[in-house]
Amino acid sequence: MRLFSRLALTVAACMAAGTVSAAEVNVYSARKDHLIKPVLDAFTQASGITVNLLSANETQLLERLKSEGKDSPADLFITTDVAHLHAARVAGILAPVQSAVLAKNIPAQYHDPQGYWYGLSARARVIFYAMDRVKPTDLSTYEDLATAKWKGRICVRSSSSTYNQSLLGGLIAVMGPEKAEAWAKGITDNMARKPQGGDRDQIAAVAAGQCDVAIANTYYFGGMQTSDKADEKAAAAKVGLFFPNQADRGAHMNVAGAGLTISAKNKAEAVKLLEFMSGEVAQKLFAEANNEFPVLPSAKMSPTVAAWGPFKGEKINVAMLGENASQAVRIFDRVGWR
Amino acid sequence: MISTTGLVMSNITHHFGRTRVVDDVSLSIGPGELLCLLGPSGCGKTTTLRIAAGLESPSAGTVVLNSQLVSGDGVHLPPERRHVGFLFQDYALFPHLDVLGNVEFGIHTLSGAERKTRALEMLDQVGMKDYAQAWPHQLSGGQQQRVALARALAPNPGLMLLDEPFSGLDKRLRDQVRDETLHVLKRNRVSTLMVTHDPEEAMFMADRVAVMRQGRIVQMDQPEALYNRPADPFVASFFGEVNVFDAPVTNGMANTPLGRFAVGVGAAKAQVLIRPEGIGIADADGPEAVVLAARLLGRVSLIHLRVEHPSLPPAHLHARLSSRALPAEGERLRLSIDHSQVFIFPAT
Amino acid sequence: MPTYPHKTNGFKAPLPWLAAVVVLAALVALPVLVVAGNLLVPSGGIWGHLAATVLGSYIGNSIILMVCVGAGVALGGVGTAWLVTMCRFPFSRWLEWALLLPMAMPAYVVAYTYTGLLDYAGPVQGALRAVMGWTSARDYWFPEIRSLGGAVTVMVMVLYPYVYILARAAFLEQSVCVLEASRTLGRGPWRAFSQVALPLARPAVMAGIALALMETLNDFGTVHYFAVDTFTTGIYRTWLGMGQPAVAAQLGAVLMIFVAALIALERWSRGGAKSHHTTSRYRRLPRIPLPGWRGGLALAFSLLPVLLGFVIPAGMLTWWTFQVGLSASFGGDFTRLAGNSLLLALVAGLAAVAVAVVLAYAQRLHPRPLIRLAVRVASLGYAVPGSVIAVGIMVPLVALDRSIARTVEGWTGASPGLLLTGTIFALVYAYLVRFLAVSANTVEASLGKVTPSLEAAARTLGCGTVSALRRVHLPIIKGSLLSAVLLVFVDVMKELPATLIMRPFNFDTLATRTFTLASDERLADAGAPALAIVLVGLVPVLLLSRAIAKSRPGEPS
Repeated sequence: MRLFSRLALTVAACMAAGTVSAAEVNVYSARKDHLIKPVLDAFTQASGITVNLLSANETQLLERLKSEGKDSPADLFITTDVAHLHAARVAGILAPVQSAVLAKNIPAQYHDPQGYWYGLSARARVIFYAMDRVKPTDLSTYEDLATAKWKGRICVRSSSSTYNQSLLGGLIAVMGPEKAEAWAKGITDNMARKPQGGDRDQIAAVAAGQCDVAIANTYYFGGMQTSDKADEKAAAAKVGLFFPNQADRGAHMNVAGAGLTISAKNKAEAVKLLEFMSGEVAQKLFAEANNEFPVLPSAKMSPTVAAWGPFKGEKINVAMLGENASQAVRIFDRVGWR
Repeated sequence: MISTTGLVMSNITHHFGRTRVVDDVSLSIGPGELLCLLGPSGCGKTTTLRIAAGLESPSAGTVVLNSQLVSGDGVHLPPERRHVGFLFQDYALFPHLDVLGNVEFGIHTLSGAERKTRALEMLDQVGMKDYAQAWPHQLSGGQQQRVALARALAPNPGLMLLDEPFSGLDKRLRDQVRDETLHVLKRNRVSTLMVTHDPEEAMFMADRVAVMRQGRIVQMDQPEALYNRPADPFVASFFGEVNVFDAPVTNGMANTPLGRFAVGVGAAKAQVLIRPEGIGIADADGPEAVVLAARLLGRVSLIHLRVEHPSLPPAHLHARLSSRALPAEGERLRLSIDHSQVFIFPAT
Repeated sequence: MPTYPHKTNGFKAPLPWLAAVVVLAALVALPVLVVAGNLLVPSGGIWGHLAATVLGSYIGNSIILMVCVGAGVALGGVGTAWLVTMCRFPFSRWLEWALLLPMAMPAYVVAYTYTGLLDYAGPVQGALRAVMGWTSARDYWFPEIRSLGGAVTVMVMVLYPYVYILARAAFLEQSVCVLEASRTLGRGPWRAFSQVALPLARPAVMAGIALALMETLNDFGTVHYFAVDTFTTGIYRTWLGMGQPAVAAQLGAVLMIFVAALIALERWSRGGAKSHHTTSRYRRLPRIPLPGWRGGLALAFSLLPVLLGFVIPAGMLTWWTFQVGLSASFGGDFTRLAGNSLLLALVAGLAAVAVAVVLAYAQRLHPRPLIRLAVRVASLGYAVPGSVIAVGIMVPLVALDRSIARTVEGWTGASPGLLLTGTIFALVYAYLVRFLAVSANTVEASLGKVTPSLEAAARTLGCGTVSALRRVHLPIIKGSLLSAVLLVFVDVMKELPATLIMRPFNFDTLATRTFTLASDERLADAGAPALAIVLVGLVPVLLLSRAIAKSRPGEPS
């Protein structure tokens, strides 16, 4: 036992030593490896700065950051959803960044007003419909989905998903908690089946005829359209994408983003990486690899995404979504949306 | 041979929780002497043995082993440093070692060749040399016992401790193994403390016997002294069947259907114990008895008798006769009493 | 005559053992206590909200899940163990080890494969549609795999080996004499089983069920995947969604208390009954031949769990792997991932068993209530959901790390940062906390095989406590030690939540890779690493089976 712990300490010391040498940046990331890796590799190539990556789910990373506090080896925290960025800010583990590059590249609605975090790619949570059973003209708004005409026709995933929590968080922001709760109740009453699976499963269920409409994130649909699996591609072909609320506030928007940690020892490098991710090269990679909307207005969308056509997105600051997330979960609990 | 001055246990008391299992026990064993702790189960004899081994640490009292204080006064020498041999009731042979490995276990500080020589020598002494390569589970109970004895003796212990070592064996085998064990112990001149509940075994093995009851030593002496001069009814009855009479005392004499016996001190009642061997058939005199049944048991016969008395309730008693001629059922006999087999204890 | 000096170990006071047990148990119990400590943090009305809304259904589902899984693993584990140990029917020898195979399957992988197989787009429904001419899900009914029933089935299939393995070992250790005694007392073979063999094996069976239930309770991946809300879902939602880690930990603590109560109840109900064997003589087990249809039935019963728990999911993984392509599957950093997994599993397995031996032996030498309690608390880490306990682990680890860093800073003037957090050491510590129960149960049970008089014999023959452990206890229980190492090994290979959060930078294992791919709904790509977990897990599982078969005294090896 003593020998072992000594050995472990040595290993630990070596590893720790490895993380403090110059020209590198340590990243805790909740994004999928295959999405974030190409961007980080491109950064290393462009800057010569090594990136050390730890990928895990964001709640756990958040807890780890909280317990490590000022001693954390992490310089940058990347999440897939704004709610966790907000939670990280509230927990006091993010440090504000002021950068002319970031301010120029990222529209104000997609970053924290004080610069604690920056959205790096955007997605809309929209309506998907079975093209053989639903006419686009039947569809209009999120609110409309909660009306009786959709009874037994909606597929949507569990409310444990942060995407749904953010969606309801956004509705709380624009219509107030009472109306938002009534909406959630309406959707729950209209469900074709108990919420299950991920966003792709909802779109696939529409294609399979288990339901007529589904609520899901845009990039999942893009992924299915460009999938190398024949059945996914075929399923996507039966399904249409509808941007709701085009006549009023626009479709619900969310971002994946990143923030600098209070413990950052490689602050300059971390900010460089942030700026790089908001720049042309990285934005193109996000857009191409995952069919997301670039936050940089000048960056080009992927052909798949471009084919969905122009649409109007909500203009509220996405920070609101995070702020309302926990209230949203309580509403989901109350209305029985599992 | 290391010089042994034996074992001295002084005023040993031991508790399990609130129960006092050993109560102020003192005993000593001289060099080469074999002392038996005899008593019914639960009398504290095994605990006393384990205290001697160092497997238990006594609540009070001291243990001196070969002139060294090993327990008491804040000292507790662990069992591995006491240089004692312990023979367990279940033999406790190590299942992962063969017979030779078991015997070599306690002498592993010797060089390989020496170790093997010594182990084989011990196995030879107990007649198990041919089984050196066998595994414990392949041996019979008697064989396991012998291996266990060889294993315990191999390190040449200053004291041997035997915990009911023959209780797992059937009667015939037991007699044989007991005999062999006694010879091996005596040949090795090792001081021995043995625990048993069998008085015959104690008398067979022991130089001296300590009878225990409820944690205390009731009497400690040579076997024949215990047999002939028991200190109390418990000891007397423990060494074999007795005919018991609760007798009223008048004029210093206890009245029994078999006659009057002097009590000595002025007690109102007395217990009179007569061994069946102490009752014989007289020619003319003596109390009269009716034969209820008679059985030949081999070397002796057992006669069930009924004795009547004008003022006392009739008594049923057993007599052991060495004669082979059995009286007939219903026959009336006159009895003789061997007073050396009669024990009289004033009742308190 | 020459004298034979004893090796002297020096005077061994109980102190070193007591100190060792207290330090080790405290280290392992600390994270559990951190989680439990959250019970004292005010929850700000969340409990009221939970109780009014979802808690009832969470608890209901958890109870149904536990009862069903408990009954399922008991029936499957004990039934198959008895059949292959005591009966002879076609392929029974072969089934002895095949029944262990599902152990190598992580529950979440089985869940992935069955949904992949049975959902709408899967081959089963696809074939049905093709044959029947159906075109959409509206045309026909198909049982929903994503349901409580599905979750129960999958969990029983991957967890029954815990009962099987322990029950089989117990049956093998039972003396034939005891069974024969019951036969002569007028019991038929089946009543001998139910009235003698089963009660004798009860501690082992209960230990197996307890392990399975703890796995059930701490599972999140499977129930989440199958859309079943359990108590654990509540923990995740309160934490994830409401940002209330304290309340989540409180729920976790409640879960722990529940498990502790279950274990206590079982121990209490066992009462004073000891399962020490009264005879040390063994003979070869007579196997009851099962001819004809009875053999067929036995075969079918024993084959079912192997098929459902191993053959079908492994087949699916293999199919996916070939679909993606062998070079794509096993190329790249695959070797590094496998190496990482193996290294972690091996080190953690050895460490967990070493700690378990120290704890169990010290407990045996000095049975004190406080020590027993400490060891029990230390084993509770197994029942807590992995990511909750991971957070519990971070807290003391970081605290220790900080104090090291401050000390070093005091010496050198420069802080070295956190030396342990985010290293292999931290991971192994996390595995210890999570899986000590597995090794501790096995080691404790097997130490029971060393009778008190064997121990006393060793002591009077000159062995100190350490040397008795080395020369008597360890050799006697080495088969069980190997089992314990392998059980932990397999668990660590599959472990996910703690590995994900506590691993070093740029460090991946087969499990983390499988999870990353599968959670991104790239099931086919996840096939290869998942298959590798299974294949690597197979080696110890097979070794384990051999070790158990050999464990029977007197059985030719």
